[in-house]
Amino acid sequence: MSINWFKYAAPSNFYHLAGKLIPWFAVPAAILFVVGMYIGFFVAPPDAVQSEAYRIIFIHVPASILSMFIYLIMAGYAALGLIFNTRLSSMMATSLAPTGALFAFISLWTGALWGKPMWGAWWVWDARLTSELILLFLYLGFIALQASIDDPRRADRAGALLAIVGSVNVPIIYFSVKWWNTLHQGSTIKFTGTSMHIAMQQAMFITLAACWLYVVAVSLARVRSIILERERSTQWVSELSEVRS
Amino acid sequence: MTPRKKRLMFILLGLALLGGAVGLVLFALKDNVSLYFTPTQVFNKEAPQGRSFRIGGLVEEGSVVRAKDGLTVHFKITDTAKSMEVVYKGILPDLFKEGKGVVVQGKLQEGNVFYADEVLAKHDENYMPPEAKDALDKAQKSQENQPVTQPQKNQYYTPPSANSSK
Repeated sequence: MSINWFKYAAPSNFYHLAGKLIPWFAVPAAILFVVGMYIGFFVAPPDAVQSEAYRIIFIHVPASILSMFIYLIMAGYAALGLIFNTRLSSMMATSLAPTGALFAFISLWTGALWGKPMWGAWWVWDARLTSELILLFLYLGFIALQASIDDPRRADRAGALLAIVGSVNVPIIYFSVKWWNTLHQGSTIKFTGTSMHIAMQQAMFITLAACWLYVVAVSLARVRSIILERERSTQWVSELSEVRS
Repeated sequence: MTPRKKRLMFILLGLALLGGAVGLVLFALKDNVSLYFTPTQVFNKEAPQGRSFRIGGLVEEGSVVRAKDGLTVHFKITDTAKSMEVVYKGILPDLFKEGKGVVVQGKLQEGNVFYADEVLAKHDENYMPPEAKDALDKAQKSQENQPVTQPQKNQYYTPPSANSSK
């Protein structure tokens, strides 16, 4: 097996790589977010049925997509850590969890703000809303479980198991509007295409890209902190200029 | 088999088993997971008797009648196969409209009249500017056969019976 494949799996190497990568994700994220919001609020036309109120979709949908997607990535990293015993994969899983929880929360919150004026209810116990709430609890459970175990390697393994088991929920969220009668409408973005006006689509996909880049930047920043914390007793950390000063 | 492969197999097998189990549970709970019953299901007596439940469908065209008190509304909810009389006293959501989706919660009373205490509007997943919607509606109207649709609309309309007000 060639060793180079695993070069950046070593936390000491990845720490520096991540530091260099962060601005390349953070700056485009900020620019795209402003562009997406501008198109969303000033260029995109009002909706025929919901007029201006539909514009919350430009936050609601990217947040919902990412809350599900981050969970799969997190579970993937956790599984890698479990299978290959690579410390960095587990740290990536840990660093993704708070961002995923944030997006799940934003998704539920904006959904409630949207639901009240349009449906007439902040919340209904339909399959889509309930499974998204379970996703938020899975994130919080993952964070709490890892925080409650002192030994980081054991915390990684316990969290990985929860993350992998919970990933069953993600397809349920996605297909809930198809499988059951729900108050929540069906998917606007389907595998076959999108049932949306073009300017609305642009705003939504640009904001989605912005949120995506933000997730990468923020999880890289967080994983650097986790690396420092876990490797604090090693030689290379004590030699870092930012640690010594 | 290396321990690495063993762990991979263990995780994959576990996920498959778990997915199967969850799938079976959800399949068994199919009726409980659904938020509402359709009018057809209610006619087939699949809805619970004597307790509150929800019906979902479209507000039938031309069926909405407001009572003199300004709050009570009579309308019919339909899934295009069957339709049911609904009575509701309260404020309707903005998106409540004839021909649009709605979910009502309440109890079925004698005479198959559904007394709702909550009306929720359901909108679809299509978003377009008003001009596009107008164009779409026009195209649809010109496609429809005029002599066939006109009498059908009248056929749907039935005046609310005098004794149905509470």
